[in-house]
Amino acid sequence: MNEQAIIKNQLSTEHLLGIKQITAADINLIFETADQFKEVLNRPIKKVPSLRDITVANLFFENSTRTRISFELAEKRLGADVVNFSAASSSLKKGETLIDTVNNILAMKVDMVVMRHPNPGSCIFLSRHIDVPIINAGDGAHEHPTQALLDTYSIREQHGSLKGKKVVIVGDILHSRVALSNIFCLQKLGAEVMVCGPTTLMPKYIASLGVKVEHNLRRALEWCDVANMLRIQLERQEIMYFPSLREYSMMYGLTKEILDSLGKKITVMHPGPINRGVEITSDVADSSQSIILDQVENGVAVRMAILYLLAGKIKREE
Amino acid sequence: MKSKTILDKKSFELTISRLCYQLIENHDNFVDTALIGIQPRGIPLANRIAKQLGQILGKNDLSLGNIDVTFSRDDFRRREHPIVPKSTKMDFIVEDKKVVLIDDVLFTGRTVRAALDEILAYGRPREVELLVLIDRRFSRHLPIEPNYVGSTIDTMATEKIKVEWEELEGKDRVLVQRK
Repeated sequence: MNEQAIIKNQLSTEHLLGIKQITAADINLIFETADQFKEVLNRPIKKVPSLRDITVANLFFENSTRTRISFELAEKRLGADVVNFSAASSSLKKGETLIDTVNNILAMKVDMVVMRHPNPGSCIFLSRHIDVPIINAGDGAHEHPTQALLDTYSIREQHGSLKGKKVVIVGDILHSRVALSNIFCLQKLGAEVMVCGPTTLMPKYIASLGVKVEHNLRRALEWCDVANMLRIQLERQEIMYFPSLREYSMMYGLTKEILDSLGKKITVMHPGPINRGVEITSDVADSSQSIILDQVENGVAVRMAILYLLAGKIKREE
Repeated sequence: MKSKTILDKKSFELTISRLCYQLIENHDNFVDTALIGIQPRGIPLANRIAKQLGQILGKNDLSLGNIDVTFSRDDFRRREHPIVPKSTKMDFIVEDKKVVLIDDVLFTGRTVRAALDEILAYGRPREVELLVLIDRRFSRHLPIEPNYVGSTIDTMATEKIKVEWEELEGKDRVLVQRK
């Protein structure tokens, strides 16, 4: 066997709780592994047997379509067994606590947990009480690390490297876990980050993260190489943060006219689901500058890489 | 660490030429044949063989690819350090092809087993053969035998075989290393 192939190269963490907790070396290892999984996904048989002795529980305490399907496909294509759980049909309604719910599932010999939860920090909390790897699939308005990783992976695919790239995140920064994780991830890889949106949707101390703040969409777009358009999260907004959706879309909606008038080709991204005609118009979402569907495609490869690398750290006690 | 050269530059070249002529005997003009090197150390051998076959046959359209077997290995999580996957590159369809898997050293046979699994994910080849530069006899864990062998040697489990390449290490040679 080839001893040269063995390089000491593994993640510095047992869980993926947030981008804040991982290093730039971890991110690059995830990307390099995802490159190989992307090739696997283009084969006639898109499945490898690496995780065939692993069972993964997908615990979704909050609704999700894209992320849940993406995780489930990633798990199945690695050969893992999958159990799904959604809050609507669970015993949570009967008053069970989070730790009890998870421990009951783990008692059935589950090896890994993927969790989405409406409360910020719930994954970090859970990681202190259970000892299987946890992957955060979004915790409230806190972090959504796999989305940030697939976003930066998609930028890397388009632009080669993140170093010195200018990325603007536009929209509802206040309620967005995607924004926070993206800021951490982009900065760790050496990109410059700007956030753009109405003052009411901007967290008060956002500039302390070392990002530029801009309230004019045109100026932000003229500055950037990549624009990540966030969805207006009406379900998280308990008060009116702006007068009307129509006004928001006139001020911060990305249209073909603005895009064509920039005099350069910027890359347009969106984490989905899109509100067509609000933060982005249909002709922009479907244009050649948009990599929205590449993001979704890359999501499976990136999640396979994360599952594979974290599963590699599970030691079986014989 | 003690090391002994078992193939020097001269015998190295002769061995590769012989392997090429043996391949030509069975594959004629290579129209339906694909040569696939196993990552990472089978690649230089596959490249060398493809280059020499091209010179002998006077053609440069041989199907040559490489395959990484990391995800199909049977020792995931049993090693101290995980193996970092390398790239797979196959620009041709393996369906109904005669595939020749190429690696530098055949030892336990587990890498070849994983390579067979990986190849089958791309389609159903008509047949698969195995070519190795060095066959370490009596050390197999699985019932896998090569079709083309550069050199057969007997070694102890504690010894290591190192195949060096001019383009990588500066010299074509095969060493036996002993701790």
